[in-house]
Amino acid sequence: MSVVNQETVPMEALEEDIKRKVQDFILSHILPGESRDNLKTALPLRTSGILDSISTLRLIQFVEAQFDLEVSITDANTSNFNSIDSIAAYVIAKKANT
Amino acid sequence: MIHRGSSQHPDHLAAYLEASAASAPGRVAVVDVDGSPVTFAQLDDRAERIAGFLRSAGVRPGDRVAMILSKGAAAVAVMFGAMKAGAAYVPIDSGAPAERNRSILAGCGVRALFAHPRNLEALASIARFVLPETVVVVPPAGGGELADEGARNDRAVPAVPLRDVIAHPRAPRSDGARRASDLACILYTSGSTGVPKGVMISHGNAVSFVEWCSEVFAFTPEDRFSSHAPFHFDLSVFDIYVSLKHGAQVHLIAEDVGQEPRVLARFIAERRLTVWYSAPSILALLAQFGRLDRIDAGALRLVLFAGEVFPVTHLRRLVELWPDPDYYNLYGPTETNVCTFARIPMPVAPDRTEPYPIGDPCSHCAALVLDPEGRAVAAGAPGLLYIAGPSVFAGYWGAPDETAARFTERDGARWFNTGDIVRFEPGSGYIYLGRADRMVKRRGYRIELGEVESGLYQHDQTREAAVIAVTEPEGVKLVAFLVGRSQASPTVIELKQFCAAVLPSYMSPDAFVFLDVLPRTSTGKVDYQALARCATAGAGEPSARAR
Repeated sequence: MSVVNQETVPMEALEEDIKRKVQDFILSHILPGESRDNLKTALPLRTSGILDSISTLRLIQFVEAQFDLEVSITDANTSNFNSIDSIAAYVIAKKANT
Repeated sequence: MIHRGSSQHPDHLAAYLEASAASAPGRVAVVDVDGSPVTFAQLDDRAERIAGFLRSAGVRPGDRVAMILSKGAAAVAVMFGAMKAGAAYVPIDSGAPAERNRSILAGCGVRALFAHPRNLEALASIARFVLPETVVVVPPAGGGELADEGARNDRAVPAVPLRDVIAHPRAPRSDGARRASDLACILYTSGSTGVPKGVMISHGNAVSFVEWCSEVFAFTPEDRFSSHAPFHFDLSVFDIYVSLKHGAQVHLIAEDVGQEPRVLARFIAERRLTVWYSAPSILALLAQFGRLDRIDAGALRLVLFAGEVFPVTHLRRLVELWPDPDYYNLYGPTETNVCTFARIPMPVAPDRTEPYPIGDPCSHCAALVLDPEGRAVAAGAPGLLYIAGPSVFAGYWGAPDETAARFTERDGARWFNTGDIVRFEPGSGYIYLGRADRMVKRRGYRIELGEVESGLYQHDQTREAAVIAVTEPEGVKLVAFLVGRSQASPTVIELKQFCAAVLPSYMSPDAFVFLDVLPRTSTGKVDYQALARCATAGAGEPSARAR
């Protein structure tokens, strides 16, 4: 039990940090002028038309550089990159596997 | 340059397919988006059966046959089927909002429509009456649950499945009535009032371009062509008809593959493409994001680009990664197809920043530079580029006044005003300087800023809207200025979502700026120059240039 708790706390902090950084990038590079409160982490970005194919490429490039990982072609899909939540989950899973 | 001995041009695009189907029936003509091959004989047979079906359904020479289809071999067969029936095909963007597609269908009064189930449902839900009597439902290319989708749709809209159309009996070919002046297709481009305008392309227009390409680029049956541009784009005329004329293969690239640089780079390598033709935008994305150093594109011998300015930084990077092919800049609006061209001299100098010239007129075109009053300009001075020749289009569908406004008679020829400002430089040819109106190019797409504004005006919070284009090193950005009806203005996220619903994705603005009032000139017009200054100042980038 105690092992789980020790891992859970830093994991949550890490997840929040990832979300914050992705949010910052989207606010400054893709949705200039939008407020942080409106950019909910669960908001669908691709399927709702907020991100188009080119802004998605820029976002993936940012994620690769920021978190020092390589997003494979098969991973660069709508389920991993549709919301800030799913991006954070993807980054954590990717980091755990390397 | 080899001059073709018996230069008897066909007067009909279908003749290219028919000739190759006769001389090389078993060779692969089209490789579908899922990789499945279609031979010349198969493609010609499908097209004959589609033509037979269309005739039996009442389609007559001169009619229009619309297709709202994603990239696929089925769409190619429909294009040829329509032309063999004497009709013009009208390719419509299957990814565009249904309302935009409705206005195209209503505008050119189609006799038959081929569409995917989801597009039919979307159209039927907003305007059932716009659908013609003859509707053919086409399963999505390579998309799993075909039978289910077809069955579901049968209840929504009465439609014939494509498989029944392709099983229609063949009739003896009757091509006696073919004339070069018949319309081959209508390609819709952005219209400044918000309604797309239809560029009427005759068989003679397209054939003269195809023959010019053959003369200059020496294609062989061993070539493997890309088909990256959608079929509603004039670049597709090259991909399809030039490849089929030469008995070569054309590899259709699905929309999602075409937008994903790494997948696309692999596709180019695995298919061993030899001829590439696209807008510069996707080549720039390949150079930046495609990891081209990891793939072998050694088969590529020719890279052609057209549709917009290729930023030199990205072109230089591309040439570093792909040093072997010959690169050509092709220039020409949809109304003339390619009318000037320039080979890019290698290498690209490390300190070069200005874009390459659009070059010299093609052999089938004549060019002229005039001032706004229609007088010839002094050699080397800027002016409007006019084009005459057999590739120049017949006119805009249903818009004789708009057509007349773009033409001028001179020395017994009919000259089309491209609206592009150029100057001539000996040794380089024509140099593109800019536009005389509010048409811009973004990601290879032609956009009338008025159409974007018209989309924004559909938002019930919009009192006034003005859109400008800002050229930045990474490309053209659209900035929308809005005056709201109340203090509670919509959020950027809401506006992005709204634009995704009413405009094609390439027309969605990159940034939104709210103002209390739009700046106006002394005559009461929106002061776009003031907005451009505002946009560059707001972006905080002193290097960004106002247009």
